[in-house]
Amino acid sequence: MFVSQKTPARTSQGVLLKSLVAALWLSFLFLPLKGISAAVVFFFAVALVLVFSRSLVNYHKTITEMLPSVRFSGLFSMGRMRILILLSFLFAATAPLFVGDYFIDVAILAGIYIILALGLNVVIGFAGLLNLGFAAFYAIGAYAYALLHTKMGFGFWTAMPASLVLTTLAGFLLAVPALRLRGDYLAIVTLGFGEITRLILNNWDNLTQGPNGISGIARPEIISFPLNTLASYYYLVLCCVIFTIFIVRRVHTSRIGRAWIAIREDEIASSVMGIHATAYKLYAFAFGAFWASLAGSLFTAKMQFVSPESFTFMESVLIVCMVILGGLGSIAGVVIGALILVILPEMLREVQLYRMLALGAGLVLLMIFRPQGLFGGKGVSLRG
Amino acid sequence: MFLQQLINGLTLGSVYALIALGYSMVYGILELINFAHGEIYMLGAYFGIIFFGLFTAIGLTAFSLPLALALTFVLSIMFCASYGFTIEKIAYKPLRNAPRLSPLISAIGVSIFLQNFVMLTQGATDKVFPPLFGTAGFRFLSVQMTYLQLSIIVVSVILMVCLRFFVRKTRMGKAMRAVAQDKVMASLVGINIDTVISVTFLIGSGLAAIAGLMVAMYYGLVNYFIGYVAGIKAFTAAVLGGIGSIRGAMLGGILLGLVESLGGSYISSEYKDAYAFILLIIVLLVKPGGLFGKAELEKV
Repeated sequence: MFVSQKTPARTSQGVLLKSLVAALWLSFLFLPLKGISAAVVFFFAVALVLVFSRSLVNYHKTITEMLPSVRFSGLFSMGRMRILILLSFLFAATAPLFVGDYFIDVAILAGIYIILALGLNVVIGFAGLLNLGFAAFYAIGAYAYALLHTKMGFGFWTAMPASLVLTTLAGFLLAVPALRLRGDYLAIVTLGFGEITRLILNNWDNLTQGPNGISGIARPEIISFPLNTLASYYYLVLCCVIFTIFIVRRVHTSRIGRAWIAIREDEIASSVMGIHATAYKLYAFAFGAFWASLAGSLFTAKMQFVSPESFTFMESVLIVCMVILGGLGSIAGVVIGALILVILPEMLREVQLYRMLALGAGLVLLMIFRPQGLFGGKGVSLRG
Repeated sequence: MFLQQLINGLTLGSVYALIALGYSMVYGILELINFAHGEIYMLGAYFGIIFFGLFTAIGLTAFSLPLALALTFVLSIMFCASYGFTIEKIAYKPLRNAPRLSPLISAIGVSIFLQNFVMLTQGATDKVFPPLFGTAGFRFLSVQMTYLQLSIIVVSVILMVCLRFFVRKTRMGKAMRAVAQDKVMASLVGINIDTVISVTFLIGSGLAAIAGLMVAMYYGLVNYFIGYVAGIKAFTAAVLGGIGSIRGAMLGGILLGLVESLGGSYISSEYKDAYAFILLIIVLLVKPGGLFGKAELEKV
């Protein structure tokens, strides 16, 4: 409708001038925060990046024309995809044999985040409801597990299912009022729910021991055989991840999954077709909460400790990022998105301070240049 | 005790109201929850401390305090307005025709970016605004009110009256109302939508800068994460009053400030930050249009 008429700077002088003006403006904004000498350095850095990227866009138009049309999932045929999945499964199953403890540790964390991201993908990707307080369910799952374990003496195999049930119920309870809202209002209410949950965990000292957290949680065991080594716990998490992928895939293609997608694409049209939109949205919330609880239980059992610090708003945003980066609604994409966002910061330990800075900038760039995520299909969209 | 909390709540509330105006104006025009608005408020507080420190260092404060303060205000407003303008151009304008949640996620990205940007450039420790007025004030019926509190309330009210006048009576204000009603129609009758949106961001960011600077003077301490909580609270205030309405943002802000200050002293101060969220959830569930707004119907 109102497309901004941007006149592309076609000549090389035009590119240079526009980039220099933009860099000058940005370094002017930067000036009061860090002083003159830093602003000058900043100016040259920004100018260099802008000139470089703009001339890249100008002289290699094919690159920009190619970028939106590349569909990674289209690169592989069905048969190749199967082989790829088999190979990655084999790699995951044998990994502890040839990598060190540090890598197994990271892999366990990645597995927990894959489960979380797949759970949130049900809510955002399938049903199209932006949930900015997903860490609340993660927290409820983790605390339910920890409390049942320490206060009631439940073992892993009884505490985890109980925590799953409790958290799923919590998902239902939140969803009943929240689902009267749509789009961005729903996002803000879920954000508020996340913050309230964290504040309660932080302040209800008698139950949760406040900011000190709950410690002294034993490792899980299988028929009185404790999972003492990292590798054995890794296999437990791996089994959970495979279970999650399997179930989420099955549900996605089932009647419920198709109903979710119909609601996401057009709620009014789908309710005309006889889909009870509110009920299916409830299922999406509860189903998402279920996986968050599984991840929370695994997280608590691994850390043997839990505190409110692990469940901030940034945690929710991080999980949203995994889903969006990988591609809304695409299971393989979300798994890869979670892997990228767990492993990349580990590889870039030296520049850890800049991690959140890059995450913020990355979100903006992703929304502008590839809103469907790395692996998302064309049809998937973020709707209000 | 009650009257004292009332005064404190009123002070806090008028600051929330100032920030809420920015949310409300942007939402009215773009239907976007400008998540980064809280960070503009935080930047306002930081710029205030930086520029005031600069003026103290070059001796301007010793020469004339009012002049130094006025210059601090002007520079902070100018820089914050520039930030708001730039954010809109970079992060929101390319997404104007995108699905509704894309700009919201982009705004969250900007918010995270600015928070960490300030933390990296200014450090993670608290910054101090030098106490200028101390606790000077007057007593009235066993209630202590400092001059600073009084001036925060007065400045906020004056700004809101000016804004109301601007939106109601000027040519640009009329254009803003037209764009808020119907963008396509407004552009067909010759209103430059880009300019209107830029002006909206400039004004909203300027108001947030004033709010941030006044809070820096009031509390004396500033940190890089104050913008997130204040932003959420101000958004609550805007929704409370009915988003898109200037009068609503004012009253919503003051109501929220009162609830927070009275709830903090009579119920529990540990849950002070939760009141805003609880209030927000209740308002959205009971009266989604806010106190002064109309409930939206989805157009098919």
